[in-house]
Amino acid sequence: MRPLKIIVLAKQVPDTRHVGPDAMKPDGTVNRGKLSTVFNPDDLHALELALNIKDRIPGTQVTILTMGPQKAADIIREGYYRGVDDGIMISDRRFGGADTLATSYTIVQAIKKIADYDLIVGGRQAIDGDTAQVGPQCADKLNIPQVTYVEEILEIKEDEIIARRRLETGVETVSAPYPVLMTVHGSSPDCRSRKAKKVMKYKYARTKTEMRKGDPVLEALHLKRPHLVIPEWSVEDINADVTKIGLAGSPTKVKSVSSIVLTATESKVLTDSDSDIEGMIKELIKHHTIG
Amino acid sequence: MKSVFVYCEVENQKVAEISQELLSAGKRLAEKLGAPLEAMVNGKDLKGIESQIAPYGVDKLFVGDDTRLEPYRTLPHAALVTKVLKQEDPQIVLFGATSVGRDLAPRIASKLNCGLTADTTILDIGDHFVKKEKKEYTDLLYAIRPAFGGSIMANIINWDMHPQMATVREGVMKKEIFDANYKTKVISVKVNEVVSDTDFVVKIIERHIEESEVNLKDAPIIVAGGYGVGSKENFDLLKNLANILGGEVGGSRAAVDAGFIDHNRQIGQTGTTVRPKLYIAAGISGAIQHTAGMQDASLIISINNDPEAPINALADYVITGDLGIVIPKMIQYYKENAK
Repeated sequence: MRPLKIIVLAKQVPDTRHVGPDAMKPDGTVNRGKLSTVFNPDDLHALELALNIKDRIPGTQVTILTMGPQKAADIIREGYYRGVDDGIMISDRRFGGADTLATSYTIVQAIKKIADYDLIVGGRQAIDGDTAQVGPQCADKLNIPQVTYVEEILEIKEDEIIARRRLETGVETVSAPYPVLMTVHGSSPDCRSRKAKKVMKYKYARTKTEMRKGDPVLEALHLKRPHLVIPEWSVEDINADVTKIGLAGSPTKVKSVSSIVLTATESKVLTDSDSDIEGMIKELIKHHTIG
Repeated sequence: MKSVFVYCEVENQKVAEISQELLSAGKRLAEKLGAPLEAMVNGKDLKGIESQIAPYGVDKLFVGDDTRLEPYRTLPHAALVTKVLKQEDPQIVLFGATSVGRDLAPRIASKLNCGLTADTTILDIGDHFVKKEKKEYTDLLYAIRPAFGGSIMANIINWDMHPQMATVREGVMKKEIFDANYKTKVISVKVNEVVSDTDFVVKIIERHIEESEVNLKDAPIIVAGGYGVGSKENFDLLKNLANILGGEVGGSRAAVDAGFIDHNRQIGQTGTTVRPKLYIAAGISGAIQHTAGMQDASLIISINNDPEAPINALADYVITGDLGIVIPKMIQYYKENAK
């Protein structure tokens, strides 16, 4: 089997799984400063799926692509630590505020610049919005088929790839020709951990913007080891139409947000004593809730 | 007036539950707007399918009937729905937030270059003033959804790139027959003229669909466990109680993630939304992720070691104690007192 060229789409997200009480401001808006950022969990599964193909077919090239503010270069470094060959960062203030339509347009412009690929993989959805839209929208804009909710790659053939999908009510095995875009389900294998050797090799990888403050030691290192320079693409680099990116290119807007308040019910507080529990059961039977 | 449009899922000549919920929700929006309700259904052997759709008050139904359209595949369905949406130009389009709807809707939104709000739980109609344009937009879709892991509700609008599309969570919209004798205009779509061979490049090799024997949505009594249940074995206690009471067992996301219970029994924002007459929450702390999916239960019992568990605020009965002691006692006293 010939080696494949794979692009992994990954995103840095606020860790919405661990929202503390101070994560919301009194006005109901999100206090982003109080949320730590993480590698989007489903995207880690997508990364594993790509690296697993690389294990199976030596010579396979894995490129990780992310879009976000400067801090998101962490995603590229995490990719390197786990075994990707290349990383590309899409970053420009003008991309900010994008909804899924504007995001998919931007990512597709970058993918068109990469041009040569057999497979694009991304997580099923990101935990900051849970929309699951960017994958299918990218596939549409690239005019290639999509296979969503992939759990496992069963077979990699010369002209097609066979995958098992996880649906709400069961599983489905499908074949798709290249190039194809897949979104990866959280039920697929967890991502391998960092490799110490790779961490040593790439821990000083930086984008040009991250180097802006000037660090002579790092600069000298980057001159000597060009693989440590993370490519950074702007609006111009990917030839993006400014009316289709960022807030301007986003049809969906947030009109308002409100915090969810649990409505307090008047509760009867009981212990685990026999009399308390028997009393409750009798009440439930009397009111025909049970029995 | 531009229409409200619903994409209906069908399998083996049966229109999906979620689609019936969407038709009802779509009809309510259409009535508010004074707009017609349209729908599309694609599948095989669909003769007479309108009898399952018309009673929800559908004015016009597009039917794509072709053996290749079932089971669902993205590309042919996307081609058919896009074709009809371009022709009908509705103002609002609704899809189920199911594995089909979440696969299909974004592909179509990309083709139509329009906005799409995911996983909405409330739909309404309202106005919005755009400061920059000094313009009031009236009769917009308010697509309201939980966001940020369920800690907030966000009202998402789209005033200029129509149609306004949304996927809607299963089980949140009330299903109601509008008129059992409603007259629907049925339009048969010439599938061959819309789809091409390249739409069938993805091939389904094998399919295992479990006819979901789990029906949490219709269960009158649910015994649900959280991470605090501690083990798969302890979940058997919950199962015993559910069996004796004639109910079903469910779990929180934490319990599912921990492998205590199957994911098809998950209750909450990323699982099923339920409204039973009795909900017994054992070892569930009550993250909004979970409570959003069960807070409408008529009666709630919380069993928890922690007297301060957030779920207790919702509960009618709060039992502070170990579920390993409490549940066997509930079973015992139920057996003694029930006739």
